[in-house]
Amino acid sequence: MAERVIKLPDVGEGVAEAEIVELHVKPGDLVREGDVLAAVMTDKATVEIPSPAEGRVLRIAFEVGQKAAVGAELMSLEVGEAAAKPIQRGQGQHVQQPRDVEEMAAAAAIAAERLHEEPVGKGSPRAPEARPAVRALETLTIAKPADRPLAAPAVRAFARDHGVDLRFVRGSGPAGRIQREDVEAYMTRADQAASPASGLVANTAVEEIKIIGLRRKIAQRMQDTKRRIPHFSYIEEVDVTDLEALRSDVNATKKPGRPRLTVLPFLMRALAMALRQYPQMNARYDDETDMLYRHGGAHVGVAVQTPNGLMVTVVKHAEARTIWECASEVQRLSEAARSGSATREELTGSTITITSLGALGGIASTPIINAPEVAIIGVNKIAMRPVWRGSAFEPRKIMNLSSSFDHRIIDGWEAAEFIQHLRSLLETPAKIFMET
Amino acid sequence: MEPISCTVLVLGGGPAGYVCAIRAGQLGLDTVLVESGRLGGTCLNVGCVPSKALIHAAGEFETAKRFAAGNSIGVRAAEPRIDLAATMAWKDGIVSRLNGGVFGLLRRAKVKVVSGVGHLRDGKTCVVESDTGRQVITAEHVVIATGSEAVPLPSLPFGGPVISSTEGLALESVPEHLAVIGGGYIGLELGTAYRKLGAEVTIIEAQDRLLPQYDAELTRPVMTRIRKLGIKVHLKATALGLHSSGALKVLPEDGNEIRLSADKILVTVGRRARLDGFGLEELDLTMNGRALEIDDQCRTSMRNVWAIGDVTGEPMLEHRAVAQGEMVAEIIAGQRRAFDKVTIPAVCFTDPEIVVAGLSPDEARATGQQVKVGSFPLIANARAMTLESEEGFVRIVARADNHVLLGVQAVGQGVSELSGAFALALEMGARLEDVAATVHVHPTLSEGFREAALAALGHALHI
Repeated sequence: MAERVIKLPDVGEGVAEAEIVELHVKPGDLVREGDVLAAVMTDKATVEIPSPAEGRVLRIAFEVGQKAAVGAELMSLEVGEAAAKPIQRGQGQHVQQPRDVEEMAAAAAIAAERLHEEPVGKGSPRAPEARPAVRALETLTIAKPADRPLAAPAVRAFARDHGVDLRFVRGSGPAGRIQREDVEAYMTRADQAASPASGLVANTAVEEIKIIGLRRKIAQRMQDTKRRIPHFSYIEEVDVTDLEALRSDVNATKKPGRPRLTVLPFLMRALAMALRQYPQMNARYDDETDMLYRHGGAHVGVAVQTPNGLMVTVVKHAEARTIWECASEVQRLSEAARSGSATREELTGSTITITSLGALGGIASTPIINAPEVAIIGVNKIAMRPVWRGSAFEPRKIMNLSSSFDHRIIDGWEAAEFIQHLRSLLETPAKIFMET
Repeated sequence: MEPISCTVLVLGGGPAGYVCAIRAGQLGLDTVLVESGRLGGTCLNVGCVPSKALIHAAGEFETAKRFAAGNSIGVRAAEPRIDLAATMAWKDGIVSRLNGGVFGLLRRAKVKVVSGVGHLRDGKTCVVESDTGRQVITAEHVVIATGSEAVPLPSLPFGGPVISSTEGLALESVPEHLAVIGGGYIGLELGTAYRKLGAEVTIIEAQDRLLPQYDAELTRPVMTRIRKLGIKVHLKATALGLHSSGALKVLPEDGNEIRLSADKILVTVGRRARLDGFGLEELDLTMNGRALEIDDQCRTSMRNVWAIGDVTGEPMLEHRAVAQGEMVAEIIAGQRRAFDKVTIPAVCFTDPEIVVAGLSPDEARATGQQVKVGSFPLIANARAMTLESEEGFVRIVARADNHVLLGVQAVGQGVSELSGAFALALEMGARLEDVAATVHVHPTLSEGFREAALAALGHALHI
């Protein structure tokens, strides 16, 4: 008796490892050639691993749920001497590419098209058993040349170079032989195939853009954040009619040299106040050491769209800044970020973040938390809406707040209370300026 | 030694491997070729090339004998002698020249050649044991081109008087009695050559006729010639092994065991993919019978591991191996290629020669289509007459409905050179009318091709 090692075969294009999802045998089991030993799953498909030989299972290297690299030993069989070498294997392990099936379908379509001009032999071109060159054991010739599209080698190469399947091309030559011109005509037609009447042309261009630099950093951070943090989002509408009235009055009467106020500094101030009551929202969570750091200071991150992508500038200690100071700091930081001169200090250390798309704010969004923070406040656009005010509909300025929270730290109830508190501050803006 | 890292590693320096390496080198791929023996593989060293040299020498000797014996064309000469050692030296000279040529081509393509026995550690790494030590080579792509080897008979293991074609091409003297086990093309080529050089030759074939993979019509002129040359043939016979006296025990059709006292026993019962000794078991590739399974781009079941040539099974022919090698290099270089040949023509260098390209009439009918067959006997060809070789014919098989050629076969002296025209016609998708409308030179054997097309169209001129 000899030992035969069964390795994880290369189960498909680009797959480096696969998860063992089923084990059909256990050590000591007797198996016949072709019996399914295990099933492995890649991100594309589940593939069964058949036994290459008859024998007894000696050991299994993996458990269900574990991942195995391509080429790793899955299990080993005790087999007869003849079967010790990996020879004379059944077809099972070969992962059939779907191409053959598609080809057969395509061939059937072509066969139908060609019927009127020439009889097509039985079977489809390149049915799996055709596999020329390989299988023609006895005859030293290739099977069924008549079933292939008729074209000279140079035409075949030309078609292949341009990704044209000759079975779809109608040949204009003798006996339907495909000429180079036929392939060119087909390519022109195929380009226009999207809508032949309208003159619209399908654009099949694919531009390759390497993701590098800031974009790559953003991509990695977003992916990491969204994967690690169980987000939940909470959306509430806020009546900002009074806030807007206050804001336009202040802007109309402000001293020269002071910045024009947007909603943001008001929100920042309201947030700083709300956070006093809800300190759990103003925190950074280190999930690797299971430590939550609650900050006294409200370091408010403000997402800024720069030419290179999204950046978050940080207004430090918003709780200690007046509304004017908040406004000028936001302005200064966003200019620095856009010009690329923002320092590391100005871009790190936030404890909670506000994200706003301004006029493009939409009615709701599901912001992604700026990790390791635990909350992010999304500002949607202000719109005039009819609001039922007890006896009649009134036109009111409504702004939605779409906020997301780290559900590992923040419960839904707390988040709702926090947002409701923020709402009451914004709806009655005098409260923002009152000490309670 | 410092490990080598490269893009393409070719394991095996035969026609498949060296052509793949040259093409890869031409395309600018960093390529390493590993070969344990001499470059050129079976074909160049112990196959096609030396056998053709021997067949040529035997033919010349036989012609000279015919001159001495008196003949109708009026050439008179004295009785010739054969100096087989000199013949072998001449043959070896040709092989050496070609070996050197291959080496030069590889060098010009900037291919690094590593001499030694390669052993695959996995699908990316090869360890070569060479005279100068152990060399580890890692590659992005591994091309397996380990070729094939003669199949031994369990009852007649190689050794002593029992030889394979390799030894059969390097005999020091003409054996008195050569027994050939296996009546395929290799056995017939060598058996006929040694018969012409003066050996008594007996062919033992298990099936009911020689060259069983070709149709009887095609092999008939070869059978006639074999009889004329005085080669003994036992059909439906089995070689049982060696008797203690050294004689070969044969069980013929009638069941009464006979003993042949042969001083050499040439076993040519076929060739098989070479799968042992280079670490194939580490890769656990999917097999197709006893050969490596490949798809139409010569990919194996492991990504970036390719297989070309005889190791991928039948037909084990040099020109197929070369086409595969060239293609794989181009695919690795990023070109779109697939093995889409209409035909891999084949030639038997028997006396007379046989050419097959595409389907025989029976094979064509077996695909379920109506066929037209046209045949032209060389006895009606002027050139064949002037060459004293009127045996044979050219035969065309075409579809009945659109006259597209499906196959062309020929048998006759010198017809091997027509194989290119046959293959070209098939690859181009020629119809009978195309061949018939092409002017062929008179007087040449190639006229037989056109006449066969005319015959299939129903209006042959010269029969």
